[in-house]
Amino acid sequence: MIYGVSNLAIIIFVFIVAVVLALSFYFARKTKSSKSYYAAGGKIHWGVNGIAFAGDYLSAASFLGICGMIAFSGYDGFLYSIGFLAGWVVALFLVAEPLKRLGKYTFADALDAKFNSKSIKLAAAISTLIVSIFYLIPQMVGAGDLVVPLLGLPHWMGVVIVGSIVIFIVATAGMTSTTYVQFIKGALLVIFSTVLTIYVLKNGLTLTPNDDYHKFAKIEALVTSDTIVSVPDSNYTVETTKVVGKLVFVKLEKSDGSSCWYKLNIKDGNASLDEVIYTTLLPDGEKLYNGAPKSEKKFFQVGHLSKIILNGKEVDKTGPVGPFRFLKTIESSEVVRFTKKTFTNGDNKLTVWYQNITPGKEVMEPGLKYKLSEASGATIWDKLNFLSLMLALFLGTSALPHILIRYYTVPNQRAARKSTIVAITAIGFFYMLTLFMGLGAMINGVLDVESSNMSGPLLAKAFGVSLFAIISAIAFATVLGTVSGLIIASSGAIAHDFIDNYLKVQMTDKGKVRAGKIAALSVGILAIILGILFKGMNVSFLVGLAFAVAASANLPAILFLLFWKKTTAKGIAWSVIVGVVFSIGIILFSPSMWERYGLAASDAPIPLDNPGIISIPMAVITLVVISLMTQKDNSTKDFSK
Amino acid sequence: MIHEPAAPVEKDDAIQKKTRLGVILFIIYTLIYSGFVVIGLTDPEMMGAEIIGGQNLAIIYGFGLILLAIIMGFFYNYFCTKFENEMNKN
Repeated sequence: MIYGVSNLAIIIFVFIVAVVLALSFYFARKTKSSKSYYAAGGKIHWGVNGIAFAGDYLSAASFLGICGMIAFSGYDGFLYSIGFLAGWVVALFLVAEPLKRLGKYTFADALDAKFNSKSIKLAAAISTLIVSIFYLIPQMVGAGDLVVPLLGLPHWMGVVIVGSIVIFIVATAGMTSTTYVQFIKGALLVIFSTVLTIYVLKNGLTLTPNDDYHKFAKIEALVTSDTIVSVPDSNYTVETTKVVGKLVFVKLEKSDGSSCWYKLNIKDGNASLDEVIYTTLLPDGEKLYNGAPKSEKKFFQVGHLSKIILNGKEVDKTGPVGPFRFLKTIESSEVVRFTKKTFTNGDNKLTVWYQNITPGKEVMEPGLKYKLSEASGATIWDKLNFLSLMLALFLGTSALPHILIRYYTVPNQRAARKSTIVAITAIGFFYMLTLFMGLGAMINGVLDVESSNMSGPLLAKAFGVSLFAIISAIAFATVLGTVSGLIIASSGAIAHDFIDNYLKVQMTDKGKVRAGKIAALSVGILAIILGILFKGMNVSFLVGLAFAVAASANLPAILFLLFWKKTTAKGIAWSVIVGVVFSIGIILFSPSMWERYGLAASDAPIPLDNPGIISIPMAVITLVVISLMTQKDNSTKDFSK
Repeated sequence: MIHEPAAPVEKDDAIQKKTRLGVILFIIYTLIYSGFVVIGLTDPEMMGAEIIGGQNLAIIYGFGLILLAIIMGFFYNYFCTKFENEMNKN
């Protein structure tokens, strides 16, 4: 997709980045000790910390990914909102205060507070690093997606810009500046998402999203023996017919020499050819958009309603609606989604997105992405995928190292608890808005079929360049805030947990801060490379994987340490390792990754996309079994301290 | 090696009561969350059933889970603060 670049968008973007950098310079002068670098001196006010939590947590996955997934898959995207928020219940009721009591700077500190075990230090440092990197990938992918329409730059450049700015922020000032960046961005994100939702409701529902919206051609067709298609209209001739599974795609040539792909539809005995949008990958690597080079701008944004039922009557538009009326009207109407299909035509590889008229009722309940009913052909693996996702989202939040370290930035347990409640309120409110923003993008002709991640910002663009500029800049700051937190957590894992605590390298306090900064630089560069490699994947899906790894590797260890007296150091260390190995192993052999390797998803050795359902129980079983086998370790130590 | 916490840990006599309350609220929420997942797995058609104000079960349950987390958070904080004020007087 080619987007027009707005000067206003660039000005606002530059302004926000400048504010972030200025904050970093300011706090850099105050960051002299390791306590200040890793935990902001433990002096952050709970209210600020709560919103910073929201800023940290509402990552690219929440704003870009969830909105995008709802825009393409309806309610199934909202499952992420529900699960992401529910995870905070575990954090508040079980983890927040005890962790604050146990910890110093990092997740490994807390896990190791009781045992002072080298194996725990190593396992926790590895797990922190892996979870943070898994979480970093989608943030960087989101950053790359954002700069394409915002600044007119290629995806990889966005990844490099974010990586560089964040490395600078983290390497200069550490947790204090990260906290204030997250605070500002968290507050702005919630405020402007509310504004965007108000725009969606004020705009209501309409069959014509905007004056420029593409009018899709529908051509009468005659069909013999299911796949032999002819067109009565003498302006068209059938050039090619391709059967792809149960679908038939036809390429028609028009009398003016132009050609386009259509999908055959047969309804009530009448056949028609419906225009699709498509890309063609030529053997020389060039990519055509609707048959033309990208620069000709023949590719357009899509997403509309084909029928609107308001109070039982069919209408062309509703006018402004309230939130409940908005949801109800979509449920009774019909949405045109664009479903992707790939096939080859000679030496060319085609990707088409065809119009898929979907009853609103199906949009407003689970099932479009995660098949659950037997009627939709759901298998046991489909159901396990759904269960696995909901389990990982619920258990993942309180095991994310970059979230856990925020408990050490407040002065006491009461502040840790209060800041969690502020976070839950802000995050919960935001997640309720995601349904309206996602559905708004679905029906307002703003979708870029190549990148679901841009649905939220592009929805804002439909309501004006100013709103788009602000929303995009906030989304960019969103990535900055989260990536900063992740890099701090990773840098802590390397410099504090591994070099300082595990290897016991003697360093001065200044030396520890320097080690942290070098670690931040290394992780930042790795994140940039991975962000470029994973271009095109939905960021919520990727974050879902990070949650699964965190829930498998970290949560059993945290909860058993807090609530089971027989837990031993070896039990914890092995549980973390088993959780990491199983979750990553399953991900690497999953259908999504198989597709990423260029293979058929159906050939993947493990038909599960989300590993939690297997890896979490495996980590728990390991912890219990190893702990029971090593009880004598506990009996020989004095834990009275 | 850094051994001291980022901020000093205060003495707290209300830990046990707060932990018990947290576990109880966690179990309640987990059961309600599990109900959502179980319905999705065993009877997904039920998610489309109209419940109240023209909204289906999926919407009501989904929004309900988010709102419930917020409400339970305030409830938990209120009682924890009360326990701390009562038990940490000295």
